[in-house]
Amino acid sequence: MKLKQVTAEAKLLLVGIPVLLWTIIPVYHMFLFAISPRDQATSGRLWPKDPTLQNFGHVFKQEHFYLNHFWLQLGNSLWIAVAVGVITLFIATTAAFAISRLKVKGGRTVMNLALFTYFIPAAFLAVPMYKTMATYGLLNNRWSLVLAMVTIASPYCIWVLKQASDKLPWELDEAARIDGATPLQLFRLVYLPLMVPSLVAVGTYSLLLAWNEYLYGFLLLSNEQHLTLAVALGNFLAADDSPWELLMATGFIYALPPAAIYYAFKRYMVSGLTAGAVKS
Amino acid sequence: MNTATLATPRPRKPLGIWGFWGRAFVVPYLIVFLVFVLFPVGYGLWLARSPASYAKLFDDPIFFRTAINTVIFLVVAINIKMMIALYLSGFFLHTRWWIKVLAVLFILPWAVPSIPTILSVRFMLNPEWGVINSVYFRLTGLDGPNWLNDPTLALSLSMLMHIWKSLPFWTLILLAGRMAIPAEQYEAASVDGASNWQKFRYITWPSMKGLYLTSTLLSTIWTLGDFNSVYLLTGGGPADLTHVLATLGIRYLRLDQIELAMAAIVVSLPLVLPIVYFMMKRLSK
Repeated sequence: MKLKQVTAEAKLLLVGIPVLLWTIIPVYHMFLFAISPRDQATSGRLWPKDPTLQNFGHVFKQEHFYLNHFWLQLGNSLWIAVAVGVITLFIATTAAFAISRLKVKGGRTVMNLALFTYFIPAAFLAVPMYKTMATYGLLNNRWSLVLAMVTIASPYCIWVLKQASDKLPWELDEAARIDGATPLQLFRLVYLPLMVPSLVAVGTYSLLLAWNEYLYGFLLLSNEQHLTLAVALGNFLAADDSPWELLMATGFIYALPPAAIYYAFKRYMVSGLTAGAVKS
Repeated sequence: MNTATLATPRPRKPLGIWGFWGRAFVVPYLIVFLVFVLFPVGYGLWLARSPASYAKLFDDPIFFRTAINTVIFLVVAINIKMMIALYLSGFFLHTRWWIKVLAVLFILPWAVPSIPTILSVRFMLNPEWGVINSVYFRLTGLDGPNWLNDPTLALSLSMLMHIWKSLPFWTLILLAGRMAIPAEQYEAASVDGASNWQKFRYITWPSMKGLYLTSTLLSTIWTLGDFNSVYLLTGGGPADLTHVLATLGIRYLRLDQIELAMAAIVVSLPLVLPIVYFMMKRLSK
């Protein structure tokens, strides 16, 4: 019995240790670069001989050609992420409310249009989206990225919110109607308060989607001053003599907020999103 | 609130106030759909209307290579990823304190943006000073391979990158599926002396296979649109030999050959549309 338990534990560890290494190495490697002095970054040691925060100092003081607009680009990323979060939340909540609670005529069709959009591979839509933004005269304007990301984020948000609102009891709506509530009052006083967990989940989802986006930013924005941090990071690759340790320090700063938000809202994210992502 | 409601224009009789607001509330999304989905898709298809574009596309050896790469990427990467996810979802069911800690760390690849981590891997693979070849040199005294300069290795590494990034998500989904199976079924099977494999074969798999199939199809669509894993790691190189459809479309676009980009996408539609149709039916139930 004892031996059997030991082998069972050993078997678990035999899976767990490779999983840990596989998961952590790319992230740890980035962290290691970020805290290594320039000449030690590539020494191949597990921990740098003289760990330092000076790379972060260089980034914050914008002391490199590639980092000239660091604060501006960080601000762009933040501005775009917040704008996408707010606009998507508005569009998705109103649509889900109309489809699920007001049972608007044609609501099913609207839901199907949204689902269809959700299933277009993002890199495929990017090609005509670029041309479209050019037609609208929005290229190299940060609104083009905001609107493109709203387009990509909202279908899934509508779907998740619709699933959640379908579960609310009908009696609430009926009681509100009997009491003479208008649709807007029903929306504001009954619907929104009950939907808060799902709203947090989809708001966070669209915010992170926009913050993390590389491809659309890379296509739609080109002026240094308008770039998001994601695109600026990709631009480091342009030259062979790029300052890798600064790139990794910047990447670390860039990766920290979404990871923190994700872990802070994990409760909402996991129940709100993964449960909704695939209906079994 | 009351004043706002009073101020709203009275809609004509047949519509009623509820019908009016129902329509008003779907208008924002409909505008987004018309302006940023329907118009681009229509415009794109119109750009891809000329047969000459297809002739040119099929004459391009890079396109052929890309088609093969894409199929390999989809078949190999997705199946490996989903099988590992299925296996790990069982692993994470075990109740140990360290597995709980590991589960938190395990989400990292999905929780952090892909650009910095993919670039981190790209540096690890640098043939001269990357950590992988440094360790290799220390162990064997030989120079390691030039990882990203060999098309087969480079494409394989892109697939690994893709798996690294999306494995946590699918493991969570399948874990949720496993947790929905009633524990009594396993207990009863244990009483009957069923082996672990038999439990999987006769309890887990039958209740998971629908979810597994849906997940695989959804993952196919998302993998087709995965630009970052390939572009940021290999850039489609060496010599444009590691492109997949997602990066090739963008390559044509950057070369100002948008007709070719759209033609390449249209050619893939016979594969994509049935999956889209199937998924829409499944999710709109």
